[in-house]
Amino acid sequence: MIPSAFNYVAPRSLEEALACLGRCEPGTAALLAGGMSLVPALKLRFARPATLVDIGRIAALRGIEANAGGIHIGALVTHAELLGAPQLADRPVFAETARVIADPQVRNRGTLGGSLAYAHPAADWPAVFLALGGEAELFGPRGARAVAAEDFFTGIFGTAIGADEILTGVRFAHVPVNAGSAYSKMRQQASGMALVGVAAQLVLDAAGAIRAASVGVTGVNAVPFRARSLEARLQGSASDPAALSAACALGITEADPLGDRHASADYRLHLLGVHAGRALARALARARGSAGDGADYND
Amino acid sequence: MKIALRVNSQDVEAEVEPRLLLVHFLRERLRLTGTHIGCDTSQCGACTVHLDGRAVKSCSLLAVQADGCAITTIEGLAADGVLHPLQAAFHEHHALQCGFCTPGMVMAAHELLGRTPMPDEAQIRAALEGNRCRCTGYQNIVDAIRAACERAGGCT
Repeated sequence: MIPSAFNYVAPRSLEEALACLGRCEPGTAALLAGGMSLVPALKLRFARPATLVDIGRIAALRGIEANAGGIHIGALVTHAELLGAPQLADRPVFAETARVIADPQVRNRGTLGGSLAYAHPAADWPAVFLALGGEAELFGPRGARAVAAEDFFTGIFGTAIGADEILTGVRFAHVPVNAGSAYSKMRQQASGMALVGVAAQLVLDAAGAIRAASVGVTGVNAVPFRARSLEARLQGSASDPAALSAACALGITEADPLGDRHASADYRLHLLGVHAGRALARALARARGSAGDGADYND
Repeated sequence: MKIALRVNSQDVEAEVEPRLLLVHFLRERLRLTGTHIGCDTSQCGACTVHLDGRAVKSCSLLAVQADGCAITTIEGLAADGVLHPLQAAFHEHHALQCGFCTPGMVMAAHELLGRTPMPDEAQIRAALEGNRCRCTGYQNIVDAIRAACERAGGCT
């Protein structure tokens, strides 16, 4: 399969990349990072950009950096890098998620920024991005701005990134005290995408009750979402597995599941409860300081 | 556009269309036909090569993305006519039937052994997640990779 012809530019700096975008008619350029979604889409001619702006050589988009506000992850950091990053040792949810994305070759090329910007409705990182309350860092002709995770996904394959902007990275606040987070996913067997994926973060108070819960869901609705109904039920509740199960059993009212040939809407709804329960249980174990590692992180 | 890269330790320069896929560049321009095209949808892994030491699916990369990089294909493993230990182990353990997936399997295994010299069976199987074999049921492939790392003093 051969992509349709396009102009190709490979800027070395963010400023140069913005200038390239600025020279294109709006909507005719595509940004190429790792290309693990875009190149297959080009081959199928689902995507036919006039210009491909390859941002893969911009060094400023690489790297993971701990700073005063928390942690910054460059848009070009690959899934494979997130799997083993020492800077993320206190956030095991990153390795746990990276490990269940696609396969080793795809993880070597595919990037966090590319996954978020592409906004596939069954991609994994959106759930984690939502549950951890990250912020997307955008850079454009009007300068830099940050968009909260919950405002980032605007529709199916739609994000808050403007046509003249570039996602440069994401940032996350410091891990709260007595907090734990986890990701649980049911893989679609052929594609490896999430039939359902749930990321959860729990923060416990001094008495061990749940002070705050946040739950991000992918693969269920057309747009990844925060399960606010479940979060509200969990807040202030006891932090034992039975309480978590009871909260999950009452359902997630935000769910408006898609049905397709891989899973009916009813089955997705069932899986949502199962994986919300697993993600919460593992997040709780981590918040209590037990590792919660080596669990059934997948299928 | 013009690209310059290293392929199997040889400098290569070429004029390519930006839409040319890396796998087509390797097979059709450099005649390195050991890298196979199986599914052409980045599922099967038959097109696996190393780009700067990391295993990648060359059907899902543009040749221009490899500009300035070092590529190793299956043809780059044997030295002076002597099979690489992984290739020899695949041979000895009958780790192939039709052989179509074999170059990709070897390149995926090669990356694993570079990063994890003593993999257990689960790690070997996980490393092959991006490679499909429709003949063997994988058992002999796993056996071959274990044998290769045992010979190199690894494997648990």
